[in-house]
Amino acid sequence: MTSVSSSDSGGAAARARSGLSGFLRLVATLAATFLGLLAVTFIIGRIIPIDPVLSILGERATEEQMAAARERLGLNDPLIVQFGIYVRDALSGDFGTSLLTSRPVLEDVKRVFPATLELSTIATILGVLFGIPAGVLAATKPGSLADQLVRLVGLMGYSMPVFWLGLMGLLIFYGQLDWVGGPGRLDTTYEFMAELDVPVVTGMILIDTALARQWDIFGNALSHIILPASVLGYYSMAYISRMTRSFMLEQLGQEYITTARVKGVPEWRVVWVHALRNIAVPLITVIALSYAYLLEGSVLTETVFAWPGLGLYITNALFSSDIAAVMGGTIVVGTVFILLNLFSDFLYKRFDPRARA
Amino acid sequence: MSVLSREWLLDPSPKSRGQARAGQIYLGCVRLFRNRLALTGLIVVLALVVIAIFAPLFATHDPVAQVLQDRLQRPLSPGHILGTDEFGRDIWSRLVYGSRVTLYIVLLVTLTAPVIGLIIGTVSGYFGGWTDTVLMRITDIFLAFPRLILALAFVAALGPGVENAVLAIALTAWPPYARVARAETLSIRSTDYIAAVRLQGASSGRILFSHVAPMCLPSVIVRVTLDMAGIILTAAGLGFLGLGAQPPLPEWGLMISSGRKFLFEQWWVATMPGLAIFIVSLGFNLLGDGLRDVLDPRSSGK
Repeated sequence: MTSVSSSDSGGAAARARSGLSGFLRLVATLAATFLGLLAVTFIIGRIIPIDPVLSILGERATEEQMAAARERLGLNDPLIVQFGIYVRDALSGDFGTSLLTSRPVLEDVKRVFPATLELSTIATILGVLFGIPAGVLAATKPGSLADQLVRLVGLMGYSMPVFWLGLMGLLIFYGQLDWVGGPGRLDTTYEFMAELDVPVVTGMILIDTALARQWDIFGNALSHIILPASVLGYYSMAYISRMTRSFMLEQLGQEYITTARVKGVPEWRVVWVHALRNIAVPLITVIALSYAYLLEGSVLTETVFAWPGLGLYITNALFSSDIAAVMGGTIVVGTVFILLNLFSDFLYKRFDPRARA
Repeated sequence: MSVLSREWLLDPSPKSRGQARAGQIYLGCVRLFRNRLALTGLIVVLALVVIAIFAPLFATHDPVAQVLQDRLQRPLSPGHILGTDEFGRDIWSRLVYGSRVTLYIVLLVTLTAPVIGLIIGTVSGYFGGWTDTVLMRITDIFLAFPRLILALAFVAALGPGVENAVLAIALTAWPPYARVARAETLSIRSTDYIAAVRLQGASSGRILFSHVAPMCLPSVIVRVTLDMAGIILTAAGLGFLGLGAQPPLPEWGLMISSGRKFLFEQWWVATMPGLAIFIVSLGFNLLGDGLRDVLDPRSSGK
């Protein structure tokens, strides 16, 4: 894709100005959305029927102790003041202390997040590797058997509960065929070895074991991650192939494609080079969005596969009424979600001149 | 004149508004039925409704009665076509009664979320200015949350249960409808007939609810049918996590979660409810795709 460059300096200055105001607007949007995110979690935290004082001090605390704690936690202040304190704490990275682990929530989240990141990254890679060729193939022969098949596989992805697909995968590939590792990140024996020999560098088990050159642990980790990543990757593939198909169909009807064909450019080059290059930008935004949706899918998938990531952390916290941890985890997921959304928006506006008007 | 003949329906110069509308509906149905996948979807959805209404006729056993000597029977064993669960309850009968829970959740969400979205979207688009900015900012904030996680947080606050699950899903499902309704309102706002109504002295409320909102309905309805599968999946997910329907209610997600404990020995307990969810969601998706092609020809084939 060629960028439209204007030769006169006035145009450049105007563009720079609009770029700056665009950047400011982006920052303002980000700040407003983040503040809204905090407001939602704050309100949810306040309507919870669990008394925070009671859950900290326990049932046997005296009236004076309760009153003192209430004062200390700022629960007697007006709501808006409480919200101000909440925002200030959140901005300085203080999301409270988890009741379950008695550690700061942020520290917990930092510990579990890499596992989720690793899982969703591999899932996205799988989704892209299979989704884009499938979508292109479907678009080049609309109505053909391949097209119908791609549509059907995509539609099935929109209709299957992710936790059920995970369970079926475990049943078949682990229970019956024994091709992959079961739940968890490693077999129990390898888990002990990993604790001794693999220093935690990134928190992502594949990278850490590779760095430590523990290849048999790496292999075991790979056998464990492949099934949950494929399950998540299936959903990402369903979305990516559907969008690729529709973008590609639109491109293949354009005149420059006819021109290329008339010039005698081989068909594979027309499709895979000319057309594909022009759908690259919308495709990247779709991939960023599917990455964000995987965060959501990971809550259920991690429960099924006992995967020690953010999703499992949030659900475990939920069941022990560990509200600080639930809200902290929700804020982190929401923030990543917002950033990915903005990133895809930004890419779209930056690289697609048509979207700038 | 024979009413409801093909000629009467397809009359190019209809005598009344009713005749024209009937003709349009007839043409839409023809187009929908010609699409074999959409027809399949319609049949699945109708079957779900019939089974839910006449559940006692389809069920072979009491869905909650425990018969411990019959526990964990294989599928196709005598009297239990899909087998039994860990309490000896017939899985087929539980699925049949579970369709009521599923339909109940879907109906409640689709009756609330689109209405919230429609009100916010039309108000936002019609008044513009600050109202628009504030309402759309709020919509964006809700859109920025991953739906399931926001629903989780709401259920965490409200406590588990079917009604709270419905509330949580509705609270997370309205933003897309608001977006759609706002986009439609923006183009309707500047039309001549709205200007005419305004000159006649109609109040803003009257214009919004009698003239703008009805025009937004078709696109909102298309979105609703496309969203139904998503609602079913989210509800099942909440049930699976133990945050939706509570035992002994035969909710499908909850049934999968209880079958998970003996997945490798008695596979059918977790598999069957999942198949039910899959078939019903697929039905709604196929029907939604077909309806979109009929009601919104612009986006057909995509």
